[in-house]
Amino acid sequence: MRFIFKTDYAQDIHLAKHGGHIFWYSLLMVVLVAAPWLFAEYWLAQLTFILIYSIAALGIMLLAGFTGLFSLGHAAFLGVGAYTQAVLTNAGIPFPLALACAAGFSAAVGWIVGLPALRLKGIYLGMATLSFGFIVEEVLARWESVTGGNAGINVKAPDLFGWVLASEEQFYFLCLALTVLSTFGILNLLRSPTGRAFVAIRDSEISAQSMGINLAHYKTMSFALSAALAGVAGALYAHKLHFISPDQFNILQSIDLLLMIVIGGLGSVHGAFLGAIFLITAPQMISLVKDYLPAVVGQAPGLQGLVYGAVLIGFVLFEPMGLYGRWLKIRTYIEMFPFYRKGMFKRQKSFQKSDRLK
Amino acid sequence: MQFFQLLISGVAQGCIYGLIALGFVLIYKATETVSFAQGELMMLGAFACLVAMTMFGLPYWVSILGAILVMALLGMLIELAVIRPILGQPAFSIVMLTIGIGYVARGLITMIPNIGTDTLALPVPYKDELWKAGGLVLNVEHMVVIAATGVLCVLLFALFRYSKLGIAMQAASQNQLAAYYMGIPVKRLNGIAWGLAAAVACIAGMLLAPITFVHANMGFIGLKAFPAAVVGGFGSLPGAIVGGLVIGLVESFSGFYLPDGFKDTAAYIVVLVMLMVKPNGLFGEQLRKKV
Repeated sequence: MRFIFKTDYAQDIHLAKHGGHIFWYSLLMVVLVAAPWLFAEYWLAQLTFILIYSIAALGIMLLAGFTGLFSLGHAAFLGVGAYTQAVLTNAGIPFPLALACAAGFSAAVGWIVGLPALRLKGIYLGMATLSFGFIVEEVLARWESVTGGNAGINVKAPDLFGWVLASEEQFYFLCLALTVLSTFGILNLLRSPTGRAFVAIRDSEISAQSMGINLAHYKTMSFALSAALAGVAGALYAHKLHFISPDQFNILQSIDLLLMIVIGGLGSVHGAFLGAIFLITAPQMISLVKDYLPAVVGQAPGLQGLVYGAVLIGFVLFEPMGLYGRWLKIRTYIEMFPFYRKGMFKRQKSFQKSDRLK
Repeated sequence: MQFFQLLISGVAQGCIYGLIALGFVLIYKATETVSFAQGELMMLGAFACLVAMTMFGLPYWVSILGAILVMALLGMLIELAVIRPILGQPAFSIVMLTIGIGYVARGLITMIPNIGTDTLALPVPYKDELWKAGGLVLNVEHMVVIAATGVLCVLLFALFRYSKLGIAMQAASQNQLAAYYMGIPVKRLNGIAWGLAAAVACIAGMLLAPITFVHANMGFIGLKAFPAAVVGGFGSLPGAIVGGLVIGLVESFSGFYLPDGFKDTAAYIVVLVMLMVKPNGLFGEQLRKKV
């Protein structure tokens, strides 16, 4: 078991709490950097997708997991980012500028969507974002002069001021760099006063307000940041697929994004990554076991939906902290062996929190 | 004439939205959770009726009653199995749970051999009949929807106004704890509310089936019923129907008078405007959280 002796207040906000963190995350970084030489091309492509979805997951985790605002239309931000990137890249603007525009434009849209969040709570906010998602999808499909409509639009390879990243490996490194940057950005944000304000809003809006947190400011900021990350992810997504169409950013994509953070573990940065890994690897796993199932089950088009639904129900019922919560339990079990007790992570019984007038 | 034609088809479509929204509101009032599986329950209801009619060869009315009964039981079962254990958890968990239920339902339906992946027509006795009144051409399917919704509304009104069960449900929805202290079996009532919501969804499914078709993705219409519930005010039963009518009419007219693309988004634009102007909906009560 590890004891951390605190000798300094600054230790509380260090990103790495102890040597183990530094060692394991460095090892992970080494593996990720060496990945193009370790894995076959197919798996490298999957890894790239995991990185892209991780960025989007970090964004929605910031919004849902840390600020407690749920967006049912997050795919719209992904779409705005992807289309901005596609249009600008095809117009010959270099990748960094286009990416900045994609992130900035998504953030601006997120800020606008965040405005009703000041008045709306819970399901009403969900409705507002859901409606917004549908409207964006329709705009993408109808604004044919820019977006190419339902026929979609082709996207050129990223161009770093004349250096075209055409190969899979180069693009992988680009995604890796951006993922690491966003992760550090989020971690840094969460230990800053702004991040603390987000968490305070999540835990209780009323007490946050009483402590002098400007709800309007922080809620819209959370929306804007979350949308910006989704925009970055969307931009990379567009480059990765080389082709985007409006139906890639529909309600199912929004639900996938939410599913990702719920399965990964709400309210943890690790959860965003674990969720992304689940979302990308699950279809592979399903296609692996598909042939061993009876044909009626295995060949049904709804098999993937069924598995996602069942996993989601399972996690909400039995492991509300998601994959990361499961890992915490395993780690605690090993660390404290043999003193682990079942009740250590027991879910607190809470009274039904009513929004209604009592 | 065109105007009346649009009016009637809008009202019929609105009734479907209203019925699905009614399910949301029933569940919301009882358990203060939002069910995203309502559209899928509707789809299951339509399939139940279809299976009873085509595979078992039962007559129309028997199939309808059977489907409603089966769906009501299924609703209660869902409540018992997955909703009750996590009641009191954050509302978002329950939303995700119901999304999961919807996914599972859609996946399971595609596994029914032969009919699961097809688009099928429900062989109702009034299929493709037209009434001509003056210059109006009335689709009987639409008239049946409107009539059935009317009857259902009266029945539900009677249930909540006059029966012991309905009054108990109202009490529980106003204040669960107080209702519990008064000896009202709140948990059982929650189950009944889910059963009722599933039954209403089933009726909506069977009414919708002749107009569109029966297929695994018909439940997505539930996403249009959300705006209906919000426009009406999420906690109000008459509001759900009125909201449904508003959405249905707006959709019908915008599809005709406005350029392409507005038909599908009209409902969402209306709900966004509604949320900006009057977040509590037409019939919602003004709520203020106390510390």
